[in-house]
Amino acid sequence: MTWYAFYGALEQGFVYGLLVLGVYLTFRVLDFPDLTVDGSLPLGAAVSSVAITSGVNPYLSLILAMGAGFLAGMVTGILNTKFRILHLLASILTMIALYSINIRIMGRPNLTLLGADTVLDSVSGLGLPPFIASPMLFAGFCIVAVAVLVWFLHTEMGLTLLATGDNAQMITAQGVNTHNVIIFGVGLSNALAALSGALIAQNQGAADVNMGVGTIVAGLASVIVGETVFGSRTIARAMIAAILGSVTYRLAIALALGLKLGSFSFTPSDLNLITSILVIAALVSPQLKRKFRK
Amino acid sequence: MLEIDNVTKYFNRGTVNEVLALNGLSLSVREGDFITVIGSNGAGKSTTLTCIAGGFTPDSGSIRIKDENITNWPEFRRAAFIGRVFQDPLKGTCASASIEQNMALALRRGKPRGLSKGVKDKDRPWFREQLATLGLGLENRLKDTAGLLSGGQRQALTMLMATMERPDILLLDEHTAALDPKTANQILELTHTIVETQKLTTLMVTHNMHQALNFGNRLIMLDRGEVILDVGGEEKRNLTVEDLLQRFYALRGEAMGSDKLLLG
Ligand SMILES: Nc1ncnc2c1ncn2[C@@H]1O[C@H](COP(=O)(O)OP(=O)(O)O)[C@@H](O)[C@H]1O
Ligand SMILES: [Mg+2]
Repeated sequence: MTWYAFYGALEQGFVYGLLVLGVYLTFRVLDFPDLTVDGSLPLGAAVSSVAITSGVNPYLSLILAMGAGFLAGMVTGILNTKFRILHLLASILTMIALYSINIRIMGRPNLTLLGADTVLDSVSGLGLPPFIASPMLFAGFCIVAVAVLVWFLHTEMGLTLLATGDNAQMITAQGVNTHNVIIFGVGLSNALAALSGALIAQNQGAADVNMGVGTIVAGLASVIVGETVFGSRTIARAMIAAILGSVTYRLAIALALGLKLGSFSFTPSDLNLITSILVIAALVSPQLKRKFRK
Repeated sequence: MLEIDNVTKYFNRGTVNEVLALNGLSLSVREGDFITVIGSNGAGKSTTLTCIAGGFTPDSGSIRIKDENITNWPEFRRAAFIGRVFQDPLKGTCASASIEQNMALALRRGKPRGLSKGVKDKDRPWFREQLATLGLGLENRLKDTAGLLSGGQRQALTMLMATMERPDILLLDEHTAALDPKTANQILELTHTIVETQKLTTLMVTHNMHQALNFGNRLIMLDRGEVILDVGGEEKRNLTVEDLLQRFYALRGEAMGSDKLLLG
């Protein structure tokens, strides 16, 4: 792998790391398999891009993107709790609806940001080459996000999130409205996905309605790789592992794409296959370990 | 204190599987009553407790606690009044949360929860003190997750959690039935101590008639969704298991049979 590809993988790992934290929140903390992120990631990209091209400050555009993502997640949460639609189906419905909404927001299927100010301009002034500056900026976002989430999950409210995913009956008996917790938690997760999307769009200089395809699988792969390789004993550890899992996942993809076996090499269209194999390997490896120990 | 008035509850109404679980059940619970509840399998004991706690809404009738009509309140809202221990020891605690986090969650039962620390430093000494009363060594394991505890330990923790923030009414649904006899006795002792010292209004479902006679100041027997026997005070103290069986078959208008039915 070239250094260039290595830094590229770091950049991808960190910028998608925020999404991976969101996926960790729904899948692992809330026990709510949420596919909304395939729509809320491009939603964040769309909102941020439209905001920036209308002259909004790029940082402020991130907050708008997160707000939009939060609302999208809330819709999924409400469909599931108030209207009793199965969580997977509820999230697919929102995701599909977001496809149309995202095109409406941008007025077309994609929007370029070439020449516009982005959050990356705030680090390019530091004199670092951009292929180092952008992974650092995104790692900074991840550190802040992990710190805030670890703090939040140890507050009174945060504990109800953990408990809702673990034992809904217990936390209901403690007087907590689990519907509200789920709506909020799925909202929070999608706010992170939208933030991820907004940063990706600013980094690559364009938002595209199709950029969310397969987001959930990549996110889940990262979560699983993270907890398998780096452990998940405490909340803080699990979340750092999720970020590192995201980086590991992107490095593995970069490695695979750089691989040459005689005349055979992988192409980007093989990515889905590689991802599936990665997830399967991560899921199977604990079982194999147990078998070999016997 | 708690007034259950003419409550009816059907399951699967209008289908071939229709069950009339509560058949116009009425019960008036006074402040400080410790009521043991017996009845054969399917008599409606669990359904009664669940209706009080809000897991099901009755089809008709009303439930009042402290003069509030709570018949249509959602379950989480009633939690402000109610402490609960389930039969399944896994249901009362959060396996992935630590002992202290579980206790902190219970400490705010029925209260708003904000962004202050979930487990507060000032509460830890008190948590330790409470756990020490169990005599299980849990006071030194505040950071262990509840999932590491045995069934009995988890049930003891649930018992503490249900009562540390004083409930207006404590609901125990065969909360020792899933434990081995020795542990079951420890939990019963603990129940007795907590209920007596805090003078808690309590409904305790049990399938053990000796327990039903030895504990509490009042005993009710349910059958086919109705209260068919309600004795208290002197009368309850003098009651024997044989008396109970006789009354049961007399009330059902059947010949005395195996006590299996009543013992469940
Ligand atoms: N969730 C349910 N769905 C259908 N029927 C139920 C349900 N819960 C209880 N029942 C039925 O209602 C009746 C009363 O049950 P229950 O209150 O659990 O009795 P017990 O006195 O043994 O606790 C039984 O016939 C039972 O089969
Ligand atoms: Mg029962």
